[in-house]
Formats: sequence, C-alpha cells, structure tokens
Amino acid sequence: MQVTLKVMRYDPNKAAKPSWVSYQVEAEPMDRVLDLLHKVKYQQDGTLAFRRSCGHGICGSDAMVINGQNRLACKALVKDLTKKAGDTITVEPIRGLPVEKDLVVDMEPFFEAYRAVKPYLINDEPPPDRERLQSPEDRARFDASTKCILCAACTTSCPVFWVNGSYIGPAAIVQAHRFIFDSRDRGARERFQALAASTGVWRCRTAYNCTEACPREIPVTQAIEEVKRAILYDKF
Amino acid sequence: MAHQHDVIVIGAGGSGLTAALYAAKQGVDVAVISKLYPTRSHTGAAQGGIGAALGNVEEDHWEWHMFDTIKGGDYLTDQDAAEIFAKEVIEAVLELEHMGLPFDRLPSGKIAQRRFGGHTKEYGKAAVHRAAHAADRTGHMILQTLYQQCVKHDLTFYNEFHVTDVIVEDGMAKGVVAYELATGELHTFQAKAIVIASGGYGRAWKVTSNAYTLTGDLQAILYRKGLPLEDMEFYQFHPTGLFPLGILLTEGARGEGGILRNALGERFMERYAPTIKDLAPRDMVARAMYLEVREGRGVGPRKDHVLLDLTHLPAETIHKKLPDISEFAWIYQGVDPTKQPVPVMPTAHYAMGGIPTTLNGEVIADDKNTVIAGLYAAGEVACVSLHGANRLGTNSLGDLVVFGRRAGTAAAKFAKSADFHDLSPDVTGDSRERLERIRNSSGKESVAALRGELQQAMQDYASVFRTEELLAKGVTAVAELHERYENIGVQDKGERYNTELMEALELGYLLEVSEATVHSCLNRKESRGAHAREDYPERDDKNWLKHTLVYKKQGKVGFMYKPVVLGKFEPKARTY
Repeated sequence: MQVTLKVMRYDPNKAAKPSWVSYQVEAEPMDRVLDLLHKVKYQQDGTLAFRRSCGHGICGSDAMVINGQNRLACKALVKDLTKKAGDTITVEPIRGLPVEKDLVVDMEPFFEAYRAVKPYLINDEPPPDRERLQSPEDRARFDASTKCILCAACTTSCPVFWVNGSYIGPAAIVQAHRFIFDSRDRGARERFQALAASTGVWRCRTAYNCTEACPREIPVTQAIEEVKRAILYDKF
Repeated sequence: MAHQHDVIVIGAGGSGLTAALYAAKQGVDVAVISKLYPTRSHTGAAQGGIGAALGNVEEDHWEWHMFDTIKGGDYLTDQDAAEIFAKEVIEAVLELEHMGLPFDRLPSGKIAQRRFGGHTKEYGKAAVHRAAHAADRTGHMILQTLYQQCVKHDLTFYNEFHVTDVIVEDGMAKGVVAYELATGELHTFQAKAIVIASGGYGRAWKVTSNAYTLTGDLQAILYRKGLPLEDMEFYQFHPTGLFPLGILLTEGARGEGGILRNALGERFMERYAPTIKDLAPRDMVARAMYLEVREGRGVGPRKDHVLLDLTHLPAETIHKKLPDISEFAWIYQGVDPTKQPVPVMPTAHYAMGGIPTTLNGEVIADDKNTVIAGLYAAGEVACVSLHGANRLGTNSLGDLVVFGRRAGTAAAKFAKSADFHDLSPDVTGDSRERLERIRNSSGKESVAALRGELQQAMQDYASVFRTEELLAKGVTAVAELHERYENIGVQDKGERYNTELMEALELGYLLEVSEATVHSCLNRKESRGAHAREDYPERDDKNWLKHTLVYKKQGKVGFMYKPVVLGKFEPKARTY
C-alpha cells in the first residue's frame, strides 16, 4: 500500500528553518519506519540524512519523533502507525538537541550529561582473584537500568529538558541508577554531586514521558524516583 | 586538520575499546576513531554469552575449551592461538566482571553459565555450561562496560569519522586518513602504531544479522594495497536468523533447551548430530536446516524455513533469560515464543577470515609471516586464526577481549620505542580523489540498486552450500558489479552529514571483500567447516590443511598459503 512519509527536513547550509517534505512510498504492514526512510533515500532523495546501524533496536542510533512520539525508527512498524492506505506517518528529529541535518541531531550534550554521573563502577577495593560475588537478588535490583542503549528517546521526550537543556535528563539518571543500586559499587556519593545539583534529579516533574518513550521498556520514572530517595535517605 | 597520537585504534567495538584501554595502561597517548558513536558498535548486538572454562556450574577445563574450539574450527584453527585463547579468556571474563559487567549470577553469587553450541566436556562427551552471560544481551553489556571504562580513563574519541586510508610505506604503518561526517573534512592522523578493530562485512549478503554499517572497510583498504586477506572463504551463517529479516536469535535459546523442528514437527538435529543435537556447531546446524528445506520438510506456504521451538520451556525462563529475542520475535514476526515456535533460517553472521595477524595482533604481509611494523588488527576484522573454518558460539566475544588486549598492549609497547613518521604532503590525495570522484559522480547506476544486486548475488552464489558452477557465477557477477560501480551517481553534493557519499564509499569496500570471498571460495576445493562444496564434499587434509591468503595485484586476484599451526590435537573426523 501507499503511505505518505512526512519528514521534517533541514539543512542549515541551504535554509534558515526546517520544513516538512512529504514523500509517497510503497509500504508493507511489517515494514519498519527505517525501511521507509531508506526507500525515500534510495529511490527519491539521496540527500536525506538520518542515523542507523543495527536495525533492530539494540544500537540506539535512530531515535526520532514518529507520529508525535519518541521511538526508534527500526522498532516502529507501519501496521502500528497507520490504519489504511494513504495514511501519513510523520518523522521529526528528537527534540531539545541541536539539529545538524534532517533527522541528525548533535548528541554531544546528551553524552556530556552521561559522563557527568560517572557512569562506571567505582570500587577502589582490590578485586578478588575470582569474580566479586553478587546474589541473584542483588543483581536483579538494577537489571532494568542495564538495558539502556543511550538512544536519548527518554531525555528528549522530557518537557523539563526541552525548557532547560542543562538538566542532565532521564538517561543520565538511569545510568547513575544502574551503578548506585549495584551492590559492588561504592561511588554513590560521588555521583550525588551531579545528581543533587540544581541541574540534577530535582528538576524532574514526574511527567512520565520518559517511561513511555523508552524503547527498552525501562521504568525510567521509577528509576528517577529511586535515585531521588537514595539522595534523600543517603544510606551509602 | 592534522592530529598526532602514539596509538590510533580504528573501531570502537569490543576489540577496539579493549585495545584502547590496554594501550592506555602502558602510558601512551591513545585515540579511537569510529564511524559511529562507540555505543552503536555491533558488539552490542551479541546476545548469548562469552565462553570461558570458569567451571562455575560444572567441572570444566581450558583444555576442553581449546579442543572444542579446534574441532569446531574443523582443524583449521591455529592451535597456539586456541591455547592462548582458552587460557586467557578466563582471566578476561573475570576482568570484565571486575570492571562492573553485570553478569547473571548463580545462587552462590558466582557468574552464571549456560550451554552453547559445540562447547563440550571431556572432549565431546556432552554439552557443558561454559557461556557466561547477562540475559541475552551479553554483547550489549560488554560494549557498555568497556565504553564506561573509556569514559573513566578519559580516552580520546573521534566519533563519526570514517577511515579512508591507512598509510603503509616501506613495510611500516605511519598514519591514518579519515573523513569527518559532520563537516566533510579530511583529517590526517600521525601514529606510531595503529590497531585495526573495525569489524566484519555481513552486509555483503542479503540476509544478515549484521548492522548496515558492517561493510568490510578496513579489510578492503588493505586488500586494495595488495595486502593479503586470510581464509575469506570461511564465512559463518548463524542458524537461527529470525525469518525472513535475518535478525539474530541467540544460540543461547537452544542452550536453554530450545529445539529446531521441521514441518513434520521432527527434532531433525537428532539425525545430523546424535550426541549434542541442537547444540552442534553452527555450520552443521545451518546445513541441516538447508537440507530439511531442500528435501521438502520446510515450514510455511513456501516451505522455506524451519522452526525454533521454545514452547516447552517455562515462560519464566524465556522472560528472564531470553527477553530480547522474545521481543524481536514479537515485534518483527508477531510471534510469542512462549506460545508459538519461531520461524528461522540461517543468516550471514560472522567472518572467520580477515586481516592475517600474529598472536600479538601484528598484521602479516605475506606467506612468510613478514610483519608490517606498527600495524595491528584484532576482533572480527582480523584472522589470528582462532576460529579456523567455523567459529563456535561465544568465541567471538572472547576473541575481542583476549586478542584486543594482546594487540593493544603490543601496539603501545611498540609505540614507546618508535618515532612518528613524516607523512607526505599529499597523504590525503588518494582519499580526496576517491571522495571527490564519488561526490561529483552523475552516472546512471544507483548505489542502493547495485548493493542490492551484490547482496542477492552473494546470497545465491556464496551461501551455505557452494559449487564450482555457482561460485564461477559469483565471480563473474561481482566483477560486473565492480565495473558498473564506476558509473554510479550520487545526488548529495554537500559537505555536511553526507551519508549518501559514505554509503557509496562503503559499497566500494563491500565489492572488494566480496571479490576476495568468492575467489577464495572457488579456489578451495574441499569442504571444511563453513565452506561446504557440494562438488568436493569431503575434507581434504592432504591438500587443504592450510590457510588461504588472497591478494590483488594489478587488478588480478592471486593466492598464497600458510600452514596451519598444529599441536596437541590431531585432525580427526568431525562428528558430534
């Protein structure tokens, strides 16, 4: 069937502002939005720019605003976005990060926030000869937050982040959660510096957009709440 | 722009990041160049586990792992590489745990391990629990953990830079030329040592588990210089690609008890590998699946696939241990694996062959093991040769960390006693010329269409089963596509994020590695591991127990050979 793929295009070398461009593409119900973007790029306009790599929701390259919601283009299927032939699917770059070209945004501010929470195991005790032991229950405590693929769907769905880009955002907090609740980690307090700052967790207004946006089904808002409590009742 | 670093690592997947961390440990200045953001690298798509004889679940020994690797590789594995690997991977896994990798745990608190194809106890008696895992996202956790360590140690990264040339002169590596995607600028990097860790080339085939970006760039760049590639005829097709897309469904699904069934509901692997059945090595399982389909026992309206049945497993096992593949089956096929079997067929997955190296990752230039000073390679791009004619599941992740460490350390040690080399004023010339030719091209051939034809040709002529006739067609098809590539046209003439230009460049690389592959396939007249010649169905140790080195000089493809490093384990018939 034919669908209309309406893409927010922007090349700062060619135009002052972004504009919508519509493309008619032949689509199967099981096609990914990524397939449609490829059809446009390969058959209609080679200048269309977007990122992608693995194509099945693991690498985190292709977060976009699709029909108004943050999703991965490789996990959003035509059958779930259209009701009938001729329907329109809209695609825009994720919000709150500078647009470089079409659907490509500058990811550097996002990774800067990631680095600010010290996203690595902190434990200065010399490791044992074998593995550090951890019970299955302790391992389960932070399981969900290990699924994060740093796609930025959560952070760029957050209204607080849209208004104030210095907010470290949900993804960075999920990364902090992954270590704060890891029984092997000793670095919670070091992370609290960034997390409890004016640009940290207290900016969160519990809008739940992040949880809805996460393509990995991480309970992001819950993770943020747990980090807030960890700071309040500092037991570390 | 010109840059200078003691060690340059090309690629930011598991082997690149490991090499960078280990080089940095030696106190040298290290930078990583990646055509992606590091966390997008395809190591992140690996699922089932990393095999190491930890013995956490049951008795296990590195010697058993070494034997399995050699037998799995159909005795083309270099036994010195397998020995080093089986010993060092134990330490490497423990080190990943110390870095923070969230492995699944046993009730004792130790790292959990599961069964995997071809991994056995007591030299083949039964399957063994050897694959250390983090649910079915072990590769994701390895990539994340290694990148976290790079952040901790504040390593330098050049993200979204495509390497377009490696400067090799007078038998020495001197530097790298790279194209910055954001700006279209060409950069030069002077380096005392260079580690190539840029991954495989699954995108040469139509159905693949590989990312769009796995296009054999660095293999092709060296091959164009007349340097050899080793054992390119050995390419692995993973049995359980989600049909028809080819998305990987981990062998861990069979490790947890999953069963392959044909249209009659038969557990057909019982006939092909009576001892370990569904956990036979990948080459054998992939062939069995093709044979079932060929003999009319395929599933579906076209009888063109088989089924991976997990429905007899407890739903909790599937949800906890195989959550990602369950989601893939649901999203891309609408199948809930707790209730319905999942349609599968083999998918192009992993290159056993690649840039030949020594045990320390030094790149080899010929059949006399002459080393290119300062040039190293590790991971899937390299051929050490650990995997021989067929890689065992989980051994890719082990390879990344074991040989990434060795290459990174060796590169740093070399850099410490070396000087920077002057680069010629026109060092970017070849890259600039190639890029400008593509950017200004206005021929009638479409890059996407040519790539599609190449992928179809490789699928038809150089897949699981091969014959002289098919491969000869493959050689001709690739040569014709090579010619037509000279007549491509691109629309995007811009400097900024010109991804069309990069895809055209990548197609050029795919054509080179495809050429090396089909020629090597046609040349090897025996069946061994993943290279199954129906016209030469037997393994021929008398004539072919040797590594192929394929190279191109003045446009002509030629071959050299290197002996297999034998040792403890004599080549024997390979049954499971």
